[in-house]
Amino acid sequence: MTDSLRRTPLYDLHVQLGAKMVPFAGYEMPVQYPMGVMGEHNHTRSAAGLFDVSHMGQVILRGPDAALALERLVPVDVAGLGEGRQRYAMFTNDAGGILDDLMVANRGDHLFLVVNAACKAQDVAHLRAGLPELEVIEITDRALLALQGPGAEAALQALVPGVAAMRFMDVGNFDWQGHALWVSRSGYTGEDGYEISVPAAQAVDFAQALLDQPGVAPIGLGARDSLRLEAGLCLYGHDIDTTTTPVAANLTWAIQKARRSGGARAGGFPGAETILRELTEGATTLRVGLRPEGRAPMREGTVLWDAPEGGAAIGKVTSGGFGPSIGAPIAMGYVPAALATSGTALWGDVRGKRLPVTVSDLPFRPSTYKR
Amino acid sequence: MKYTEEHEWLRVEGDVVVVGITEHAAEQLGDVVFVELPEVEAVVAKGDEVCVIESVKAASDILAPVDGEITEVNEALVDNPGLVNEDPLGDAWFFKMKLDDMSVLDDLMTEDEYKDFLG
Repeated sequence: MTDSLRRTPLYDLHVQLGAKMVPFAGYEMPVQYPMGVMGEHNHTRSAAGLFDVSHMGQVILRGPDAALALERLVPVDVAGLGEGRQRYAMFTNDAGGILDDLMVANRGDHLFLVVNAACKAQDVAHLRAGLPELEVIEITDRALLALQGPGAEAALQALVPGVAAMRFMDVGNFDWQGHALWVSRSGYTGEDGYEISVPAAQAVDFAQALLDQPGVAPIGLGARDSLRLEAGLCLYGHDIDTTTTPVAANLTWAIQKARRSGGARAGGFPGAETILRELTEGATTLRVGLRPEGRAPMREGTVLWDAPEGGAAIGKVTSGGFGPSIGAPIAMGYVPAALATSGTALWGDVRGKRLPVTVSDLPFRPSTYKR
Repeated sequence: MKYTEEHEWLRVEGDVVVVGITEHAAEQLGDVVFVELPEVEAVVAKGDEVCVIESVKAASDILAPVDGEITEVNEALVDNPGLVNEDPLGDAWFFKMKLDDMSVLDDLMTEDEYKDFLG
């Protein structure tokens, strides 16, 4: 099993930094460094965290009207995405479920997609089958790093002059020691920060140069998960999957007006009938934030009830744990629309006991994006 | 001190035994964020799940290392679960037990044996 696990270009650096490596989406990835999950989480919120996200898929789409073509697979306004801008999207299936979520950037003569590691082979096949007129190029010779936190701008600007002028969701080409960087001002922590695609051969030197900047520490997958949970961001395969529609997942903000009923390019994506209907009528279940009372975390799979005893099982937790910046347990899950209003009292079954939990607004912690 | 394969330590104090988890266990768990303690006067059998520990990573149980009765629990852990990481062998004891038969402690590992067990 271990033999078949893949390694990112930064594998040796992780080991050298004392990381605990675990299998994740077919890769050996750092779950934590000696600082520990809580320390790494807090460091990212107060200074800057460097994440290796090279396991994620980087894909280029090239061809005439690539943006319009991609709209056949996503319920998102890609054609209206300006050059040098990025937005969140999802591939949908015919039932309106989510096949994967992704970032789409307009990089002038092509689109650049970043997709989840566990889905990338399937995504590339889906793109090739669905968009045969386009060139679909999976980029395998570049690493992907994320630098997140209030110290990210100063640290990256010191190495790559010009990035400080970018706004949230801007993308651009930059140069580092003669090597091309593809930079976006975005991330998965709720913090200001960047994601940087760097040639694999320069990945270690570039990562090391970032780690040499004051306040930059390496951060593992453990803290990445608690950071994104506090930011209310979905994890594919947990909070969203083929059984959840974008409307049920509370991702309607990602479906722009142009693709909705009455819009310039309404529908025309897989599952449009279901998704457009739900946009008007509402979904039957909704993803919500959950704040357990007390200190006991409600983990993924925790069954939610509408009464402290008796009553009915009405939903379940899809992500849950402790929020270090909240100082309390937090979770996300799906509940019937009638019980999705913030403040609704529910109960979660933790080891056979029903403990009180309150439906809460997302995100748990306001984001600090530089808009 | 005596040790179990479940990475608990036991220390005899007069006629009771104090139970906690080892430094190795605390390190493996990571930052502890929640502790649920047994009820005082609960009669437990070896292997019963008596405490729940949740770290930022996952939930785990502490099993009763021997048969006996819980005589005292460390409420400080409920308010400050992080104590488990700060001082696992001292302030972060979990509970005290009264044993029917103190000789069962002889079957547990000594410190040297536990170190060998960890490898």
